[in-house]
Amino acid sequence: MEDLEVVAGNGLLHRRAFLRGGAAFAAAMTGYTLSDSLAAQQLADDAWSTRAGAAIPEYGVPSSFEKSASRTLSNPKGEPRTQHARTPHHLLNGTFTPNALHFVISHSGAPDIDPAKHRLVIHGLVKKPLAFTLDALSRYPMVSRMAFVECGGNSAPLFSNEPVQATAQALHGLVSCAEWTGVMLSTLLDEAGIDPKAKWLIAEGADSLALSRSVPVAKALDDAMIALYQNGERLMPGNGYPMRLLLPGWEGNMNVKWLRRIKLTETPGMSYYETRTYAPILPNGKAYQFYFLQEVKSFITHPSPGLTLNGAGFYEVSGVAYSANGRIAKVMVTADGGKTWAQAALQGPVLPKAFTRFRVPWRWDGGPAILQSRAWDEAGNMQPTRAEVIAQRGQTKAAVTNAAAFPSQHYNGPTSWAIERTGEVKHVYA
Amino acid sequence: MSTHNFIRLVALGALVLGSTASAQSPFDSAQGRPNLGTPISEAEIAAWDISILPDGSGLPPGSGTPSDGARIFATKCATCHGENGKGGSAAALVGGRPLTSGIETPKTIANFWPYATTLFDFTRRAMPWPRPRTLTNDEVYALIAYMLSLNKIVGEDAVMNAQTLPKVRMPNRDGFIVRFPERMP
Repeated sequence: MEDLEVVAGNGLLHRRAFLRGGAAFAAAMTGYTLSDSLAAQQLADDAWSTRAGAAIPEYGVPSSFEKSASRTLSNPKGEPRTQHARTPHHLLNGTFTPNALHFVISHSGAPDIDPAKHRLVIHGLVKKPLAFTLDALSRYPMVSRMAFVECGGNSAPLFSNEPVQATAQALHGLVSCAEWTGVMLSTLLDEAGIDPKAKWLIAEGADSLALSRSVPVAKALDDAMIALYQNGERLMPGNGYPMRLLLPGWEGNMNVKWLRRIKLTETPGMSYYETRTYAPILPNGKAYQFYFLQEVKSFITHPSPGLTLNGAGFYEVSGVAYSANGRIAKVMVTADGGKTWAQAALQGPVLPKAFTRFRVPWRWDGGPAILQSRAWDEAGNMQPTRAEVIAQRGQTKAAVTNAAAFPSQHYNGPTSWAIERTGEVKHVYA
Repeated sequence: MSTHNFIRLVALGALVLGSTASAQSPFDSAQGRPNLGTPISEAEIAAWDISILPDGSGLPPGSGTPSDGARIFATKCATCHGENGKGGSAAALVGGRPLTSGIETPKTIANFWPYATTLFDFTRRAMPWPRPRTLTNDEVYALIAYMLSLNKIVGEDAVMNAQTLPKVRMPNRDGFIVRFPERMP
């Protein structure tokens, strides 16, 4: 252990210690799952090794041992209100979210759309209004890109004046990252011919609420996509099948699902969701409007509440970082509540407006520790401290008791996890 | 393949490569657009074209008063929004605390909504929740007149129609700050 370079308090190691440490490092490893007595056991074949296994299904499902890696549902019976399905970040690793675990918010369920009957109409301030079938769009040149989608209300419990005891899934489960494939919206707008007077477009879904949001034409021409595929397969119904608007880095609700209509206009529609729901109230009684960007943010997924540490020794601290303003440039991690920091390794490729997995090796001494991450993006934005967020945005006067509540929106401050001597992980403010 | 055709193919290849160098897609040039959209007229889109803008564009013919709206509300809305809009399983539509009460203050028509046109747009497109887009335009105007009257934003005899609704000034009209002015068109 002596030759592992400690770079910050409470045992954070150099991000390349794994490469430098060699045999000493391997000997120092314990971890979330490794049993101390494993080496002493007499090995023998288990039942699954002595007979043929199960038939392979047409559409794969995870191991029966992984049932806990599921989304949590706010409205499982589909009662007449919003449904939230949250991604279990603490049980995933890497940078993209499996489709069945991608977060969903739907304000009126997932419509069962027949793709043969679905149409996308582009009209309003265009030279030539056009209707596209899915078959027609499927013949266009396509682009694939990784992009995170995050609800404007993700992480909202951190506006509570007292820390809400909840998992990373409950606190941050309304962000996910996928590889999206589809047709660039600029290609279709070019064919319809944009009237120079058009500054906005109103995007609308085929869901029962016909959810609509206004988007600046400049964003549409920059990197907006009509997404048809999600991680290689057609979109999930909850994520907009058969097509959705993808606005990389921008507020999730604006990435209109089940997209059926785009109307070019001079002014924004001032729809319900942009003038009411996703307009957060400020302490002075004013409210932010058009909070387009999901700004630079990071949170630690391993360890985090629900992942109890199994004794002192080596662990990898890892999490995700992302920004609407491009690539992640740097992530720093502390294990002593912010007194000293270690630079995390960024798992490549580091892509713009997508999850970047950060990792830093850690030797836990078994005592109290407070883990926290902070991210910087390539545009020079630094993830603010919670105190900075609260100074500008306020916090609740009473402690939030329901982790599914939305006291405000667009929290991008850090999250702190306290490690107790028992190995349990708690949410704290630090 | 004739020499002539071969030359044409090479020329096409050069065109495709040339446009690739300057744009993401080889089909971006006017000549190479897929053009697989079907032209459609605004008349054909009319049933889907339900967006109402703050200046009132998109508002249909029709009208309604608060007393008409009260009757419709009792039969089609009160189940969820409560008697006289006091709230139930769905949000209250009357009253509301000052926004300085805290960042988690419930947002209401009286304390938050900046445009009366949004009330028409959202009610027509999304309500009643189990049967959206079944209200007539007269019914929507009447319901909006009723909600505005309940909140003392218009008088009890106000007639709401395509001319009067956009002129209604909502109490919190100037209560907003654009978060990213540099991103606004």
